[in-house]
Amino acid sequence: MAIEVRIPTVLREHTLGEKKVTGQGATLRELVADLESRYPGIGPRLVGEDGQLHRFINVYVDDEDVRYLGGVETPLRDGAEVSILPAVAGGAF
Amino acid sequence: MTKAAIEGTVDLSRQVYDQMVAHARSDFPYEVCGMVAGTGGRFDRHYEIPNAERSMTFYKMDGKAHLKAITEIEDNDWEFGIYHSHTHTEAFPSVTDVELAVYPEAVYLIVSLQDPEPVIRAFDIRDGRITERVLTVDGEQAPAGNR
Repeated sequence: MAIEVRIPTVLREHTLGEKKVTGQGATLRELVADLESRYPGIGPRLVGEDGQLHRFINVYVDDEDVRYLGGVETPLRDGAEVSILPAVAGGAF
Repeated sequence: MTKAAIEGTVDLSRQVYDQMVAHARSDFPYEVCGMVAGTGGRFDRHYEIPNAERSMTFYKMDGKAHLKAITEIEDNDWEFGIYHSHTHTEAFPSVTDVELAVYPEAVYLIVSLQDPEPVIRAFDIRDGRITERVLTVDGEQAPAGNR
């Protein structure tokens, strides 16, 4: 189960600067656990204590937003492409 | 007008500048957002990205449109900027803008429509600290209001 994961700049401090890493897991939750085991500190940047993705972290599996799939339980196929992207947001005040 | 230390410059092509202003006006009084990209401190590509919030005071980039743009940008190793409009306030990052600025490599651009003449200003926002860049359009200094 090799899964390619795109890492945003703000999280590359955990991946020794790598833009793309390879991970394992049958679901997004398993993938996050696998990444955390090799890139300590990245897990809590993605998933909160409630086990859900942080509000301003978007994760896409093969270009689909996991919020519209199964959230952290989204199944991953072998060869899936996962992109992690912090949401771009702001406002007037 | 709010000031920050000036550090560096950034250049927009005239076309990108005009596209950003036209985009900001197109959904007034709602905030719009998008990205720009290029090389060598000059942005000559423009991506309109829908504001998923469609608010007068808040923006959040549509995720899939953002993904499509940033994937193209990263695959080409382009530099990029993130812009949004302020329809009723000045072209300076708000507290919310600073809190939610999570792309330290980006130039943050703000288009203000509070005055009849639009103003675009450019900033770096890193670790909660704001610095401003001198903005030029095809090499000529753009209107930035009184500094």
